[in-house]
Amino acid sequence: MVGLTLDQLKILLTGHSIYWLFIILMMTGFYIVVSRGNLIKKIIGLNLFQTSVFLFYISIGKVSGGTAPILPMKLKVDDFSVYSNPLPHVLILTAIVVGVATTALGLSLIIRIKEAYNSIEEHDLLEEDRSQFSNENNEDRKFGGFF
Amino acid sequence: MLVISAVGVVWVRHLFAAAMFSGIFSFLSALLFVMLDAVDVAFTEAAVGAGVSTVLVLGTIVLTKRLEQERKVKENLRPLILVILTGMILIYGSLDMPEFGSSNTPAQSHLGLTYLESTPEQIGIPNVVTAVLASYRGFDTLGEVAVVFTAGVGVLVLLGGFMRNRRRKDQGEL
Amino acid sequence: MNQHLVLRVVTKLMVGFIILFALYVQFHGDYSPGGGFQAGVIFAAAFILYGLVFGLESVQAVLPPWVTHKMMALGVLIYTLVGIYSFFLGFNFLDYGALTPSHPEHGQHYGILLVELGVGITVAGVVISIYYAFVSRSSTSKDEEW
Repeated sequence: MVGLTLDQLKILLTGHSIYWLFIILMMTGFYIVVSRGNLIKKIIGLNLFQTSVFLFYISIGKVSGGTAPILPMKLKVDDFSVYSNPLPHVLILTAIVVGVATTALGLSLIIRIKEAYNSIEEHDLLEEDRSQFSNENNEDRKFGGFF
Repeated sequence: MLVISAVGVVWVRHLFAAAMFSGIFSFLSALLFVMLDAVDVAFTEAAVGAGVSTVLVLGTIVLTKRLEQERKVKENLRPLILVILTGMILIYGSLDMPEFGSSNTPAQSHLGLTYLESTPEQIGIPNVVTAVLASYRGFDTLGEVAVVFTAGVGVLVLLGGFMRNRRRKDQGEL
Repeated sequence: MNQHLVLRVVTKLMVGFIILFALYVQFHGDYSPGGGFQAGVIFAAAFILYGLVFGLESVQAVLPPWVTHKMMALGVLIYTLVGIYSFFLGFNFLDYGALTPSHPEHGQHYGILLVELGVGITVAGVVISIYYAFVSRSSTSKDEEW
C-alpha cells in the first residue's frame, strides 16, 4: 500500500515495533493537544490521539495468520482456521461513533467560544478572562464565568 | 505514511490543510485496520473519521477562522520534552507486552475465544462482531447509542438547531 | 456550488446508490461487515453530500430538521422497547430469545435486526442534525481569508 513490499511489512510487524509506531502517533497527537493554542487544532490533535489508541487496541487482538472474525456461511468452524479476537473490534467500533459525536460537541463549544470571546486562541481567552476579573463591574458580558 | 500525515498536522498553520491531513490520516488508519483483520472497524473509520469529522471540522473553520496564530519556538520546548518523556515511559511499558500477533496471550484466551466458539450455536449468524455487539453486549451498545443521542442533543442545544432559536438570533436578541 | 455541472450530475447519480448501499449494510450486517453504526453514518453521508452540492434548503426540503430530531429519539426508543418487550415475557432485559420463544436462534436473529435498526436510525439522525446545526449558522469570517 505505501511502497513497502510484503516481506518488509512482515519484518515491520514482528515483535513490538508496531506498538512503538502507535505510541509515536499517540505522542504526536498529545503534542498537538498540549502545545498548540488554537482550539480547532487541539480537537484535531485529540482525534489523532484517539485514532492511534484505537489502532493500538485493535493490534492487541490480532492473531498472526488469522483472518477477520466472520464465520463461513455454514457456521461450521473447522479447527484449523484462526480468527482474530472480535472483542476489541466491537469496543472500538462503538468508540469511533461515540468519538465523532463528542468531537462534534467540542466543535460546537468552540463556535460558542468564538462568539463570546471573538477568538479561538487559548492565549487570547486567558487574557480576556484576566482583564475581566480585574474590573468586576463590567456586567454586560454574558459568558464571563465560562472558564 | 501515517507518521508523515500526523506530523503534517503539527506543521501546517493553515487549519484547512490540517483538516485535510487528518482526513488522510483517517483513511490510512482504515487501511491499517483492514490489515489487522478488523474490517468492521475499518469500515466505520473510513466513513466517520475521513468523511463526517472532516466535514464537521471544515464547518467549524468556516464559522470561526482559518489561520492559527504563530507561536514562538521557545514555547514549544516544554511540551516537547513532556511528550518525549511520556513516550519513553510508554515504550518502556510496551516491552512487557506479549509479542505482536501471538495467539496465547491473556487478551486472546478467555472472552474472545468464548464468543467465537459459542456464536454459531447460540446466535446463529456468521459475523461474530455483530453478534457480540448487538446480543452479548447489547446492554453496552444501548449505552453507546444513548451517548450518541445525548451528544446530538448537546450540539443542538449549543448551536440552536431548532428553528425558534434561529429566528430569535435574526432579531438580534442572542 | 451551482456552477459545477459535473459535480451536480454525479451527485444526483450517486446519492441514490449511497442510500441503497447504506440499507444493504444495515440489513446484511449479520453476514458481512457492517451494522447499524456504519449504515447510519453512510446514510447521513448521502444527505450531507447532497447538502454540500445543492445547498441547505434543497436538502432540508427532502428531510426537514424536525424529522431528524425525531429520528434521534426514535432509534433509542426502538432499542429500549425491544429490551422491555423481552422483560415482560419473563426473559432478561434484551434477551432476544423472547421474540420467538419456540426457537431462540431465530429470536436472536430478529432481535439483532431490530436493535441494529434502532442504532442506525439514531446515528443517522444525530449526524444529519449535527450537520444541519453547523451549516445553518451564518459564517463570521470573510472569504478573502482563505
